[in-house]
Amino acid sequence: MYTVGIPRSLAYFFFLPLWKTFITELGHEVIESPPTSRAILDRGVKEAVNDACIPIKLYHGHAAHLAENCDFLFCPRLVSVRKHGDFGSETFCPKFLGLPDMVRLALKDLPPLIDTRIDLKQPGGGSQEAAGEIGLRLGNSPAQVKRALRLGMAAQGYFHRLCQQGILADDALQAVFNGEKIYPPQSHGQDITIAVVGYPYAIYDPYINAGLLKILQQQGVRIVTQDMLSDRELNRQDSKLPKTLFWYFSNRAVYGGLHFMSDRQVDGIIHVTAFACGPDSMVDRLLEIEAKRHATPYLPIAVDEHTGEAGVRTRVEAFLDMLRYKRRRR
Amino acid sequence: MKISFPRMGYSYIAFKWLVENMGHECVVPPEPSNRTLDLGVRYAPEFACIPFKILLGTYIEVAQMGAQAVITSGGMGPCRAGYYWVMHKYLLEEMNLPLKIIAMEMPLLNLGDFWKKIDLLRRDGGISLKELLRVLKITWAKVKSIDDVEIRSHQVRPRELKRGETTLAINAGLAFIDAAQNEEEIREARQEALSLLDRVPCDEQRQPLKIGIIGEIYVVLEPAANHYIQLLLGEMGVETDRSIYLSAYARKNTIVNLEGDLFSVARPYLNEAPIGGHGVNSIAETILYARHGFDGVVQLAPFSCIPEIVAKSIIPTVSREYDIPVQTLFIDEQTGRAGVQTRMEAFVDLLQWRRDRGIHKKKVFSL
Repeated sequence: MYTVGIPRSLAYFFFLPLWKTFITELGHEVIESPPTSRAILDRGVKEAVNDACIPIKLYHGHAAHLAENCDFLFCPRLVSVRKHGDFGSETFCPKFLGLPDMVRLALKDLPPLIDTRIDLKQPGGGSQEAAGEIGLRLGNSPAQVKRALRLGMAAQGYFHRLCQQGILADDALQAVFNGEKIYPPQSHGQDITIAVVGYPYAIYDPYINAGLLKILQQQGVRIVTQDMLSDRELNRQDSKLPKTLFWYFSNRAVYGGLHFMSDRQVDGIIHVTAFACGPDSMVDRLLEIEAKRHATPYLPIAVDEHTGEAGVRTRVEAFLDMLRYKRRRR
Repeated sequence: MKISFPRMGYSYIAFKWLVENMGHECVVPPEPSNRTLDLGVRYAPEFACIPFKILLGTYIEVAQMGAQAVITSGGMGPCRAGYYWVMHKYLLEEMNLPLKIIAMEMPLLNLGDFWKKIDLLRRDGGISLKELLRVLKITWAKVKSIDDVEIRSHQVRPRELKRGETTLAINAGLAFIDAAQNEEEIREARQEALSLLDRVPCDEQRQPLKIGIIGEIYVVLEPAANHYIQLLLGEMGVETDRSIYLSAYARKNTIVNLEGDLFSVARPYLNEAPIGGHGVNSIAETILYARHGFDGVVQLAPFSCIPEIVAKSIIPTVSREYDIPVQTLFIDEQTGRAGVQTRMEAFVDLLQWRRDRGIHKKKVFSL
């Protein structure tokens, strides 16, 4: 039995149910790094290449934090998770593609990385093979791997179903792993619905966005995110674009944004983006122009190492004031 | 139709010929200036990279000059440049600029679409299929000749006795190629241009420092984007070799030519390819330049360029293990010429110091 560390950053916020269930069911212990803190951020800023975006720096920080306490560091190379896009070539941001190498060369004294290549766009998928490779590294039999993968997929599916009932990802994760019964949030006194779109690691990491979701909840806002939509609802938006974007998480954010704009169930859209994020330089302006054309109020929030709670709160409050003013005038 | 295209180095000479001989009127894109960049920065997303901004500025300029369409490239990711034409289209629409964008996606991925666009341009210009093939062949010959002349100029410039002579010679030589109308004339023009460069009075004894220029294609190819870094280094007496030429795929005589090889060279450091743009290439090219005994490498990249950031995070290890100094320059609209010059002077000093002490000869690598 080994101890496998999973850094709490990037795809963690989206694929944890699968990853953790799979590894646990193989009979190993999973340790997650603690929620992002100043110390983890500082460590990441110190170790990572200075031009990287904050999520990548945080990943380095989380990985460094785990390094001493685990036998393996789980850092899969996410290349694709489906066949999608104009050329069937949907992938992840180049930084995801190079992540295991970046981490390996930046950090000293790392345990061995589980850097299995996850490339599911080819016919037949490839998740069995990828799972088998991980199982081999951890010394498990093919039968164990098959069973663990099935359970992992089930957990991931359960997570998505919970999210699609309107439960925020954080609560859904709790429910998946603690087995608590959880119910869709009831609206009490929430007068405004806001769609928060962006990458899971930008919207669900409260440290990165200075507690944006909490601020919104305190202000009596009902929050929806792109993860509360089914793949079908999301992919339907693809026909509205002249060309599909190349990145999985970006496509989800854009489709989510477009869905909420045409659906007219939301009062406004907040897009959370990281400073100097490459794909988001496209995503953000695309959403801004589309929001203008759909007459949907739109607020981009760019976060970096220096983002403070007061700054985010001020902008959110101003945005909400505007939305409420608009509603009263109607 | 009045057609324009993005400007990249001297290649506009060949593309101008192509557009004109397809029966269209060509609006030659002006060399990117401060005004181009200002226009681009004003309308582009803040974190878009500098090629996006310069291209957008160029499109606005050529639209003002009367162009009705621009021909540009597409892409399949993960580099965001493949999505630029879509964003440019959105932004031009927002500005109410009636400029049509004709984006050529990679023919390998969608041959039908590629052919449809070419054929439309051909019929619109009123030339026959046979004529089109002839025109494309001559354009390619021009691209190759232009690159040949430019490569030679970077070898001659560091040895010139009187500063600026090489630049005069290459400009005169390129004018010959510009005027050539068929393959025979291009061959003669190329010969004439090369001999003009060879007649530049040189210090034949000089053993200049050798620097490899690597990085993202646009800032490597467009001198106005990289503050004329090859000219700058050349006039400082440094011989430069560039990793990217438009005609590189057809070349065997340059240090960097075959992509497949590059990926396997980079594999020990980056076990994934491609990662978009020239990210993997940059890592492999650093190794190749080290093996070929270059004194140093300059990595050029636009600020916030994702593939080059990945490369930059890996290059320090390569640099240490292969004992070759690498200077990275991230370029954005705030980059000034003096900043580039200062860093290049310091870098060249360092390389000279290493050479004087014989440091760069300590490690010998097998090819």
